[in-house]
Amino acid sequence: MNIRTFRIGGVHPEENKLTHDAATQVAALPKQAVYPLSQHIGAPAKPVVKKGDKVKVGTMIAEAGGFVSAPIFSAVSGTVLKIDTAIDATGYRKPVIIINVEGDEWEESIDRSDKLETVEAHPELTPEEIISRVKDAGVVGMGGACFPTFIKLTPPPTAKAECVIINAVECEPYITADFRLMMEHPDEILVGLELLMKAAKVNTGYIGIETNKMPAIELLSEKVAQKFGASAYHVEVVPLKQRYPQGGEKQLVDAVIRRQVPAPPAIPVNVGAIVQNVGTAFAVYEAVMKHKPLFERYTTVTGKRLANPGNFLVRMGTPMQDLIDACGGMPEGDNKLLAGGPMMGKALTSTEVPICKGTNSVTIISGDEARRKEPQPCIRCAKCVGACPMGLEPYLLAKISEVKNWERAEREDIVSCIECGSCQFTCPAHRPLLDNIRQGKSTVMGIIRARAAKK
Amino acid sequence: MDFILIAVIVLGAIALIAAVVLFAASKKFAVYEDPRIAQVSELLPGANCGGCGFAGCGGMADALVKGADAGSLDGLNCPVGGADVMGQVADLLGMAIANGEPKVAVVRCNGTCENRPRIAEYAGLRTCAAMHACGAGETACGFGCLGCGDCVEACQFDAIRINPETGIAEVDEEKCVACGACAKACPRGIIELRKKGPKGRRVFVSCVNKDKGPAAMKACQVSCIGCGKCEKECAFGAITVENNLAYIDPEKCRLCRKCEKVCPKHAIIAVNFPAPKPKPENPANAENPASPANPANQQPIERKEAAV
Repeated sequence: MNIRTFRIGGVHPEENKLTHDAATQVAALPKQAVYPLSQHIGAPAKPVVKKGDKVKVGTMIAEAGGFVSAPIFSAVSGTVLKIDTAIDATGYRKPVIIINVEGDEWEESIDRSDKLETVEAHPELTPEEIISRVKDAGVVGMGGACFPTFIKLTPPPTAKAECVIINAVECEPYITADFRLMMEHPDEILVGLELLMKAAKVNTGYIGIETNKMPAIELLSEKVAQKFGASAYHVEVVPLKQRYPQGGEKQLVDAVIRRQVPAPPAIPVNVGAIVQNVGTAFAVYEAVMKHKPLFERYTTVTGKRLANPGNFLVRMGTPMQDLIDACGGMPEGDNKLLAGGPMMGKALTSTEVPICKGTNSVTIISGDEARRKEPQPCIRCAKCVGACPMGLEPYLLAKISEVKNWERAEREDIVSCIECGSCQFTCPAHRPLLDNIRQGKSTVMGIIRARAAKK
Repeated sequence: MDFILIAVIVLGAIALIAAVVLFAASKKFAVYEDPRIAQVSELLPGANCGGCGFAGCGGMADALVKGADAGSLDGLNCPVGGADVMGQVADLLGMAIANGEPKVAVVRCNGTCENRPRIAEYAGLRTCAAMHACGAGETACGFGCLGCGDCVEACQFDAIRINPETGIAEVDEEKCVACGACAKACPRGIIELRKKGPKGRRVFVSCVNKDKGPAAMKACQVSCIGCGKCEKECAFGAITVENNLAYIDPEKCRLCRKCEKVCPKHAIIAVNFPAPKPKPENPANAENPASPANPANQQPIERKEAAV
């Protein structure tokens, strides 16, 4: 078997896929569901319900607030309690819609049967129709970045898509939600891929999977051969060597089709690739074929000290506390709670933060394990340079950010940093490299935006 | 000997030609600089702090001279030099100047360790900017002082420090020149340049929390909850409540301190006022504050004498 990976940098953290074999459970309905209006990249959604309104499962509660935005749907039935503020994954209080859950009544338009729909059976599905259904269902990238999917499917006129790459890498330690999804819904994912290829008007597709998920590679290879073997589509399951951050778009494009995405503002489609998470492919299938808007997702709840870590099919808006309770409750002592995995996850200060479109995991790490070691002086060993998957010089970017030399930071291409944290992970002196680089990156991006606004 | 003579003649000729060229160039391309700019620069403090809004004292001097030529020095003020320096500059330029009132940096947060419980531990880079980008910080208040001292680093006058007991930035009024560097450095916009006030007396809301009442109350014991009591109490219309947060306009405030008394959360703070006088109609109360003070004052003296 030909095993590929990306060519520059990367690290291999301990995998800790504790929930690898835990079949997905359906999470219990929450008593109260909370919907932040900003669950995606772009403008926050605008509420279309008010206090006292009755909603069903699948009712739109907030519409897209701009071009780069996505509508939000209720995942529960009940009454809108209020539009207020609550702490979301950013750590700050943000506007949210709070719904008191009553029963479980779904919108009639949603097809709840398990019957597998195929693209052949639906000739009405033109590329435009697929994109418009994806847009109306509020589908965003499910890998965590939450970029509205319909925009990715309509590339700028200067770029031409050549293939769709399904990102099933799941290179973050601990997380197994995508793996379980592939094992439990392979057929739906492949129909989702077919829809994506049709929407993007390409006939080549790849599914990139790391070799620590062999059962998924075997299962999907078999299904692909059955489904696409005799069709006009060329679809290939690409086994990839375990290496973080392979799930990063640019790294995955390099690993699968051996093309390097240039520095920002270039995006993968500039080299012909549209990358979609495997969860997104599933969401696209449900949105297009089952008329089911995006309101539930697969999420891993994990941690070494958690009594029963597991994978859940969870309605969005469910507070993390409910899921943690379902796994045996928060372990005693100090814990670090992360929305996402240990490498790129966002540390939270409240367990009441709801599961959103991008919450692929709730990871709980013990305080001792999470605590950082005392930083030592940099000895210029250049391990961070070797680990950086973007070919940057993290020690240098960190230093010039620390001394606020923004011009130099821009020259050294700080905006190319994908904030994967490989540098900080690999630093033998435990230096807060990424902390400094993030500061520099956000400042430099602000400067660039201000400059563009002036013109 | 010839070669020495040749060298002298050749070099002398080159020097002469160069001198002529340089003289001609200095006449032809002479840039006239107003001599007053140098004089004004001399008067300015030379801290290059940027508090005036220009890149340094040189930029300010340039702007002052240009302003004088245009007939007005409005909007130009050196916060470091204050009225003294601005007066001297005005005299030099033959201008009348409306003396800007002295200002001082005010930290609008009173969320000390006692008032604002810590709910999490932050392990990342210890700068306010990094902590602010990461989330609300170690307490539940997403608006309050983070206590990592970005303002301390920004201050060129050693006028602000983090009090280790409260974990909050404190301004040394004597040293503060109101250059505004700390206000710019604070990622949460807590520091405001306010009018110093007569005898340094001023009243301000020491909170910038814009959360609704219940959330603000949960986060901190002394947060402004936007109840609006102060707004109603103020006879001068100096207080406005916007986004669940009260603000006292220093221009309108008459320092009556009525708002301070009605604030249920003690978020309004009055500084540099004399201690309240004992009420004459209640002599028992009047003596009380004095009596514990007296032995406290005398005790060390007694001890000193004993030691001697």
